[in-house]
Amino acid sequence: MIALLMRDLRLAVRAGGGFGLGLAFFLIVTVLVPFGVGPENELLSKIAPGVLWIGALLACLLSLDRIFALDWEDGSLDLLATAPLPMEGIVSIKALAHWITTGLPLVLAAPALGVLLSLPPTGYLWVVVSLLLGTPALSVIGTFGAALTVSLKRGGLLMSLLVLPLYVPTLIFGAEVARRGAMGLTVETPLLMLAGISFGAIALLPFASAAVLRINLR
Amino acid sequence: MSIWKYANPVTFIRTTDRLLPWLSVAAVLCLATGLIWGFFFTPDDFRQGSTVKIIYLHVPSALMAINIWLMMLVASLVWIVRRHHVSALAARAAAPIGATMTVIALATGALWGQPMWGTWWVWDPRLTSFLILFLFYLGYIALWSAIEDDDTAADLTSILCLVGSVFAILSRYAVNFWNQGLHQGASVMRAGAITGSDTEEKVSNVFFYPMAVSALGFILLFVALVFLRTQTEIRTRRARALLAREQST
Repeated sequence: MIALLMRDLRLAVRAGGGFGLGLAFFLIVTVLVPFGVGPENELLSKIAPGVLWIGALLACLLSLDRIFALDWEDGSLDLLATAPLPMEGIVSIKALAHWITTGLPLVLAAPALGVLLSLPPTGYLWVVVSLLLGTPALSVIGTFGAALTVSLKRGGLLMSLLVLPLYVPTLIFGAEVARRGAMGLTVETPLLMLAGISFGAIALLPFASAAVLRINLR
Repeated sequence: MSIWKYANPVTFIRTTDRLLPWLSVAAVLCLATGLIWGFFFTPDDFRQGSTVKIIYLHVPSALMAINIWLMMLVASLVWIVRRHHVSALAARAAAPIGATMTVIALATGALWGQPMWGTWWVWDPRLTSFLILFLFYLGYIALWSAIEDDDTAADLTSILCLVGSVFAILSRYAVNFWNQGLHQGASVMRAGAITGSDTEEKVSNVFFYPMAVSALGFILLFVALVFLRTQTEIRTRRARALLAREQST
């Protein structure tokens, strides 16, 4: 398992930009927002938590098809399927690798981008906490979407259509934590809900993803 | 005699062929009765005027939009557990109808909301969760049409339906939490309203009976359409199989 994780990480870092691409996308989305809504600091600081969350979500979405597509094309997914490792384990490791290469950098970059959006000082902690809790869910849900569409030639757009509705609860609670945190309100309820969704998704969705992947490899 | 004998496509087609005319006629009758009764022979509401009459379309279609997803969920489960092709095809056949019902519910709601709430759209929990439900329908239909192999498509979509149901319910409660709404609470099928202990917010019987007839019409229409569309799916598949056999010989 660790070997597979290291392999995926190494591939992501070395094979041409998959690693930095999500981050760069996140940066660009954040930079584009003030162009779209105007540069007033008050407005920006009000919408900053939501924008950071949506940016992170889209950056996550962008890199999803890399999870399985390359392995599917060169046949290493078939090899993995015949390996002694259960499919659920493979899927979880893939999701973890995706989170480490995409989700974690996004979490770390969020405060820096928060400065650009004049996020209120109280918000930094909660933006980071909510993203830290929420991005694993995004990765796991996204892995399910990627597994669904892996056999399709141009599945990217379809995958977005499938995955984005599944992201709704995570986004709502995650952005709510960040928003309340930024306004200095208590964040307990949405934080607990976000944690619940995240851990629930991590615990259950790999089974669905593995089932889907088995069907696709049939 | 068990329900599973209808899993045989031949039996299914024979039975539904016999039922279809009756169902269609009954659906048309119920819809016509419910809508004409509702539109022309009920009084205007005290506050809402004649705009109240949109409930004869709005409530039944909203009802169907949710229940069709439930029917797809059951059909998907049957496909996963018992591998009956008719079940998978029925789920496939139901999806576009469900999407249409969702659009009808949203559109009639918007038409009613404009004069009553003064806006076509608010990010109210009920409205939002219906929009999300519509997105789920779209994704489901898109996945069906994207995959060429029928069995793979049936497998994948049924798992998507299961996972989607969980997330649809989650979204339903998440949006409740996210924003307080303008939409009224349940006022048709609420316990207090039925027993009559609180008459304050109960839908008056004058409005309720035509609405019930119209809802029955919607249900019959849905059943008839699903039968028809499932038959079409079965026959298309048969025709494709025949073509394939011809080409191979």
